[in-house]
Amino acid sequence: MPELQAREPLIFELSKPGRGAGTQFPPRVAGSAEIPAHLRRAAPPLLPEVSELQAVRHFTRLSQMNFSIDTHFYPLGSCTMKYNPKACNSFAMLPEFLGRHPLGPEPQGFMACMYELQEMLQEITGMRGVSLTPMAGAQGEFAGVAMIRAYHRARNDLGRNEIIVPQAAHGTNPATAAMCGCTVKEIPCDADGNVDIDALKAAVGPATAAIMLTNPSTLGVFEHKIVEVARIVHEAGGLLYYDGANLNAILGKVRPGDMGFDVIHINLHKTFSTPHGGGGPGSGAVGVGARLLPFLPIPVVGKEGARFRWLTERDLPQSIGRLSGFMGNAGVNLRAYIYMRLLGRDGMVRVAEFAALNANYLMKRLQAAGFEAAYPGRRASHEFIITLKRENKLYHVTAMDVAKRLLDYGFHAPTTYFPLLVPECLLIEPTETEAKEDLDRFCDAMIEIRREMATEPEKLSSAPHTMPVRRLDDVRAAKQLDLAWKPAA
Amino acid sequence: MAFIPHTPDDVARMLELIGVRSIDDLFDEIPGELRAGVLGVPPAMSEMEVGRLLSERAAGDGRPLNFIGAGAYEHHIPAPVWAITTRGEFYSAYTPYQAEASQGTLQLIYEYQSMICALTGMEVSNASLYDGASALAEACLMAVRANRAANSRRILLPRAVNPVYAQVAQSIAGNQDIVFETVDFDRSTGCTLLDSLQSYGGQDVTALVVQQPNFFGNLEEVDQLTDWAHQNKVLLIAVVNPTSLALLKAPGQWGTPSGGHQGADIVCGEGQPLGVPLSSGGPYFGFMATRMQYVRQMPGRIVGRTVDTEGRPGFSLTLQAREQHIRRSKATSNICTNQGLMVTAATIYMSLLGAEGLARVAAASLQRTADLVARLARVPGVKPAFSAQRFHEAVLLLDRPAAPVLAALARRGIFGGLDLAERYPELGPALLVCATETKLDVDIDAYAGALTDIMNSSRAAA
Repeated sequence: MPELQAREPLIFELSKPGRGAGTQFPPRVAGSAEIPAHLRRAAPPLLPEVSELQAVRHFTRLSQMNFSIDTHFYPLGSCTMKYNPKACNSFAMLPEFLGRHPLGPEPQGFMACMYELQEMLQEITGMRGVSLTPMAGAQGEFAGVAMIRAYHRARNDLGRNEIIVPQAAHGTNPATAAMCGCTVKEIPCDADGNVDIDALKAAVGPATAAIMLTNPSTLGVFEHKIVEVARIVHEAGGLLYYDGANLNAILGKVRPGDMGFDVIHINLHKTFSTPHGGGGPGSGAVGVGARLLPFLPIPVVGKEGARFRWLTERDLPQSIGRLSGFMGNAGVNLRAYIYMRLLGRDGMVRVAEFAALNANYLMKRLQAAGFEAAYPGRRASHEFIITLKRENKLYHVTAMDVAKRLLDYGFHAPTTYFPLLVPECLLIEPTETEAKEDLDRFCDAMIEIRREMATEPEKLSSAPHTMPVRRLDDVRAAKQLDLAWKPAA
Repeated sequence: MAFIPHTPDDVARMLELIGVRSIDDLFDEIPGELRAGVLGVPPAMSEMEVGRLLSERAAGDGRPLNFIGAGAYEHHIPAPVWAITTRGEFYSAYTPYQAEASQGTLQLIYEYQSMICALTGMEVSNASLYDGASALAEACLMAVRANRAANSRRILLPRAVNPVYAQVAQSIAGNQDIVFETVDFDRSTGCTLLDSLQSYGGQDVTALVVQQPNFFGNLEEVDQLTDWAHQNKVLLIAVVNPTSLALLKAPGQWGTPSGGHQGADIVCGEGQPLGVPLSSGGPYFGFMATRMQYVRQMPGRIVGRTVDTEGRPGFSLTLQAREQHIRRSKATSNICTNQGLMVTAATIYMSLLGAEGLARVAAASLQRTADLVARLARVPGVKPAFSAQRFHEAVLLLDRPAAPVLAALARRGIFGGLDLAERYPELGPALLVCATETKLDVDIDAYAGALTDIMNSSRAAA
């Protein structure tokens, strides 16, 4: 195994007074403008003083301490870590797009792209209108629930404050409901991973604002009673919210609007391959059916004749308002647009097809190797769950141990311990852009790790062995908070 | 096939192992009546064709000479910033949940948090939020949690704070019954009126927001505002421009000596000036910092330094018990991402500039704006609106509506500023203009020359 990499010092530890990247400093400008003394800073901020090469080398070396899609297979369930085409970045960074101030006259070329993106998203989700403003999935969720709330209020139906979520829901669902001033009612799933219909019937009523669902669910299976779920909720006066986290699984195969959903958020950083960037920026466009159209967050791109313009509060007086300082994560949206043009009509359908092919293939291979699928009677969607509860009992290894050991084999870990209701679980999402050979290599590693469980379990419990660091002391991190560098006294 | 590596032989072998005859069989759990027809989206294009389309559209939008600020600022971005930020290892990595395989991103965020603390004079920073406007909304929600002395959920939001920020705060925080009350500004100085705060003295108020420099570019008397807040058990939320902090008093030191220099309680703002391109409106990032005593009320990710099982230093996400994936409906916010890639750019930017470079950027911007205002004020029909000391923006009053003047400037390739007619009708025809270090004498001359022509010709036409 490769030997442990040396630790990269903090940038502050490379700093020396008087050093700097001089060519980056603007020329001094003659003049007498000054900050009044009482508003002036007392001492300069403690920023590093390094040469340009030192900075370049430091941050390049930090980059080399990361796993990424460009370097590793990244089967992280529910995150859709597919290839991020380089063209999407290159064209989004054309100088005219990059240098454009958002408050200048409406840029027709850029807005044509945004308008077409809205139209395409509307078509593939079966919705009536789209706003690109939300800056992440969680903000899209917020927008969706805020629209639902505004809809009920506009009808003077003031008692609807309850959001129903299945147990398996992503944590943002209940957190979003709370941010919108709603309460959360959790309902169980049945043994096959479907929403428990009886529990749903018992849960709905005059307080129901909406149900939030992901379909395929976070359990990796398609909710096949979705039409019945929609009927029950609609008849009770509630609306249906589609969490687009797993849209990759059904792209072009079935449209949320046709399933009966009233509102959807789409994680453009998942299905439409904009970069995850080490944790953002995402983009969480929202689509709505006819009932919620007046409430879309602003701005939205409108078209009048051949001219595009931003629709604002003047055009949408019932809008839930603005969620960002400008137009959301415009550059991310542009990357999603470019990706969609590269894929086209047929390419989008192939996304779901090959995502499903890869997931089902990997699930079968792992089952054949002795791993237990959480829902063996079901098709995998674009992802599936392996539960290690048997291995946990037999060998005392945990899902976390397997996850960490996979890093040593050069694979990013699958999602662990989510969804919470499956014990010792790995949620595995290979995506459509991985080749069969890479899936096979991953299976081989899992088989090898399975062998180690029985023969050398300490290799798992002490993994990873080849990363820049071993397992970190999270308890100490939270108890002895060290959140910012301070110079030695 | 676009980005699909499978050969027909691969597909056949995979289907055989799965035990189905076609890929379509994998979707047999979807009820037939729900299956979609042919999508109404255009057919695929090659990379070359998409490149041509995008280049043409970009060229049509042009590269105007920009004098608009209003929350997004044009600065020089050193070449290494995006060359490194777009490395695949940063660009295509996920959130650093697997800490051992994400030490690069985690260490970078720790360095970023340290730099934000240094700039703001605060003890702790998070790993960033979506943008400046939503950061203020989150700061307001945080203030409600942090200020245990107040029950009113009332927040004082001066009109001199960016009006879009006020709208966003209302959209986001308004759903939790937070009430925003406006505080007027002085028409001659363009600064928040301390007098109009007095009526709130002794009342149950959660927080006061102070933007420095304010939306008009003017410098507020932050020490007095901070003292007032603390004397009245009101938390002080500072909204600041990070470039300006190279020269301006850090919010952590706001307050007079007699008030004990207590400093702001929560500091937030738009991080875009730190190496992030204007990019037609985003993505940017919001920053947030606070006192250690409020760290558990702060939303968003936080990275901490700790040790591994062999005692070596390393970094991990910490205090996750505040977050949605653990606390669900009791979380501090529903936020699960930060703006990681933007923070990467900002951290490299701050490292290259350092305190001296950033101070040079701030000083050049200050001087260029002073030069711009002096030049434009000599144009007939144009005068500065306010007397307060400015940073790198200013309001100019015109003797006629601003919209046609701006349209005429745009036809000459100049973005002359932001029309304030809709947001601040009481000012009369007014423009918010900005010049940073990127504007040279020749640019300011070009603007002044064009404005002179336009003002003269529209006068002649009248």
